[in-house]
Amino acid sequence: MTAKPATLTAAFVGRLGTFHLDARFEVPAKGITALFGPSGCGKTTVLRCVAGLSRLPEGVLRVGRDVWQDGARVFVPPHRRPVGYVFQEASLFPHLSVPANLRFGQRRAAAGDHAIAFDEVVDLLGLGRLLDRPTAVLSGGERQRVAIGRALLSQPRLLLMDEPLSALDRFSKDDILPYLETLHDALDIPVLYVSHDIAEVERLADTLVLMEHGRAKAVGPLSALMADPALPLARLPEAAEVLDARVEARDETYGLASVSVPGGHLLVPGRVGAVGSPCRVRILASDVSLTRDAPGPAQSSILNVLPVRIVGAEPTDAHLVTVFLHLGADGQGAPLLARITRKSWDLLGLAAGQAVHAQVKGVALVERGSDPTAKDEDTP
Amino acid sequence: MSGEMWDAVWLTATLAAIVTVLLLVVATPIAWWLARSRSPVKEVVGALVTLPLVLPPTVLGFYLLVAFSPNSPLGQGIAAVFGQGLPFTFEGLVVASVIHSLPFAVQPIRNAFEAIGDRPLEVAATLRASPWDAFWTVAVPLARPGFLAGAVLGFAHTVGEFGVVLMIGGNIPGETKVLSIAIYDYVETLQWTQAHILAAGMLGFSFVVLLAMRLIEKRLGWGTGR
Repeated sequence: MTAKPATLTAAFVGRLGTFHLDARFEVPAKGITALFGPSGCGKTTVLRCVAGLSRLPEGVLRVGRDVWQDGARVFVPPHRRPVGYVFQEASLFPHLSVPANLRFGQRRAAAGDHAIAFDEVVDLLGLGRLLDRPTAVLSGGERQRVAIGRALLSQPRLLLMDEPLSALDRFSKDDILPYLETLHDALDIPVLYVSHDIAEVERLADTLVLMEHGRAKAVGPLSALMADPALPLARLPEAAEVLDARVEARDETYGLASVSVPGGHLLVPGRVGAVGSPCRVRILASDVSLTRDAPGPAQSSILNVLPVRIVGAEPTDAHLVTVFLHLGADGQGAPLLARITRKSWDLLGLAAGQAVHAQVKGVALVERGSDPTAKDEDTP
Repeated sequence: MSGEMWDAVWLTATLAAIVTVLLLVVATPIAWWLARSRSPVKEVVGALVTLPLVLPPTVLGFYLLVAFSPNSPLGQGIAAVFGQGLPFTFEGLVVASVIHSLPFAVQPIRNAFEAIGDRPLEVAATLRASPWDAFWTVAVPLARPGFLAGAVLGFAHTVGEFGVVLMIGGNIPGETKVLSIAIYDYVETLQWTQAHILAAGMLGFSFVVLLAMRLIEKRLGWGTGR
């Protein structure tokens, strides 16, 4: 087997139909990279170019050491690229059974590339009950799960997902998301994930490519981009920060878990994995307030009070200010956003560079790494 | 029924069967190209292929006769290679019938290929299927109703043709005297009973074919699943 690619370098410049694309980015070929942006910003086009389904004469694409496109000189046709592609609609082959759909790519995969077994995929995606049903009677969520399994069984070294949940209703979405999280943890395949839903991105992505008008406006780790003053994400009304954390202790009496994040510790409600396992927490900017002095113990109902350093601030509207923070008194920790009134900002005499305390009113565990099989299944 | 009538029935069935097989072989690549190509000349080719649909069969038969005649370069070439010319032979009938029935096979197959759209073929490509592989394992199975319709229409149309056969094949019993010619012959010689038997047989056959096609299409109908 070829070594796992280290980075994915793409530069797609040119015109496709009436659309002008100028997307250049380099991302680690590891974990989930979200291509995020409004509809019509070129996310899907980029994904199609990576798969070779669309071709820009000026395109350059390197995955690890393999060159898949180099201008007009090198162009690996789509069927020779070891990618799995999950389209918005499941697009199952209607003339084939569910197992035949699943095995379509597996039968054609290169002989050496058989790391993902049929039974493993069936287990991972909960496909057991679907195997002997006709494709035409499957629900939207079930079809999409089969499509994901079919893509995985083609033994991809890069998985491309084009808004795989957008055609599904809320219920089917919630059904599939845990499976995607499991995939991320169970399989070591880099994923390019196109989405216009920030909630999906917060839940799944490690790296973010922010797309706007056919350009890659920013590229980087999710948590860094979400709190980047130069980007529109921090200005959204629902601006938040997502932090990757590790479980340190569990307090069964109160149903809380203590987790560590870079530069601090948090108490989080909800079910987490064993001590030492990773989890992801989400903190809304509007749930964070600032205080000069930390309240003593038993003086505030707010459990999470963290030393932070102010990096900057920007007015959000007439009365609100978005404050950019770094965890830790030294400001060396993870980024955090706070949204406070302009009046408080002035009253407290806050300024960039100051060390203050962030009172975090709400920390939500982003359901991640939870066991999808433990969920209530829609069994009759 | 007389031996002469059976000869005509058998000859017609053989001709139609051979023509149908050849039609599928010839029409499939043409239909695929017409359905998938973005070439500007594609509609020109499409119109050429469709011409036999609107031309009087005698016009087509006349040009084919001229083209295959021993005086034309094409006719001389064929005679030189195969040792005999095409006019007034069974082989000549086959070639003329394929050309004449081509639009009846191309059109439904092309429509079926177009109805598939790009998506299933893109899916196949991302699952490592080469274009050739995807054509046979995805496009052809999905276009099956179109192939069925093309084959049935091509067969039925060949069975029913008259003008082209008369021009290029003449009226040689056991060689070029197909059903439609035989009926014409019986009417000309006032043998109304024989004409009635064959004509009624054709009528019944055509009706059964069309009905069967419709029913099979319905049973195959997997156009519903996406």
